[in-house]
Amino acid sequence: MTEKSKEIINKVADVIIENKKYLTELDSAIGDGDHGINMSKGFNKVKEKLEAKDYESNKELIKTVAMTLISTVGGASGPLYGTAFLNISKIIPDADFDLDSLIEIGESAVAGIQKRGKAEQGEKTMMDTIIPAVNSLKESKENGDNIEEALKQCKAKAEEGMKATIDMQATKGRASYLGKRSIGHQDPGATSSYLIIKTVVDELY
Amino acid sequence: MVNIILVSHVKEIAEGAKKLAEQMKQGDVEIIAVGGTPDGDIGTDPDAIETAVNEIYKEDGVIILADLGSAIMSVNMVLDWLEEEVREKVVLADAPFVEGAVVAAVEAGMGNKIEEILESIESADMIKKN
Repeated sequence: MTEKSKEIINKVADVIIENKKYLTELDSAIGDGDHGINMSKGFNKVKEKLEAKDYESNKELIKTVAMTLISTVGGASGPLYGTAFLNISKIIPDADFDLDSLIEIGESAVAGIQKRGKAEQGEKTMMDTIIPAVNSLKESKENGDNIEEALKQCKAKAEEGMKATIDMQATKGRASYLGKRSIGHQDPGATSSYLIIKTVVDELY
Repeated sequence: MVNIILVSHVKEIAEGAKKLAEQMKQGDVEIIAVGGTPDGDIGTDPDAIETAVNEIYKEDGVIILADLGSAIMSVNMVLDWLEEEVREKVVLADAPFVEGAVVAAVEAGMGNKIEEILESIESADMIKKN
């Protein structure tokens, strides 16, 4: 499973790097314009680290991702995604993921990001993508959906959440300084979160 | 004596605040400026913050001042990594960056305790301009 996880992380890194310009454009509109640059810097380093050695467990692999992002990203997304991955590294199993483990991974990510950023849903942040995605997994569990259906729903809810940030006014982060002028722009953090979730879902099934 | 760490997104801001604070300081207060990313861009470097804490830590305590979002987040993250007994004496001040740095340097130099310094720099007077 660690080989597969490595593949997924590499793919996530590729997608973030491919979207460097797009994320930076979104961030230039309402922030400091470095989100794409910072994220691709972080994930380029992640790729290097994964290439350099074999990892014996998912825990070790994901912890490396966390520490690399923390050390290299430079912007707020470093501590935010870094702490999310660090939390995930503590609970991620080595076996194939079932719905329960995916929910636990999602909840750990939310807890990590909220620990650093203290954002709730509706504040035009990463949380607006990730919380609906995790809630969707929980609903799928209640409804007894199979994992394929659950992941499909999860991706759709994440995308919906990301797009919902367009109409929101930012109250957290650099975009909050713009007040009402932040309305009408999609949040870069919510977008990178969607790209990560989408890639993981596409790679899993 | 309490020591001070200044964390900014921009190296020159951290170093400038240090320069201004050192103009006023008395005694052996140590001030470390941490700014920018390892490759010289605007941003914050948690590893550099951790190194600064380890370098400057004393039992009297360390006050950290930080400028914006990710600097604050990075400091909080590093605080979580510290050993319990160190963690208790390293405080991220809820204070304006430049004013906090100057007043903290002055009071630390006078031998004030960390609680007294925090009370001064975290007071509302610090942000009053007229």
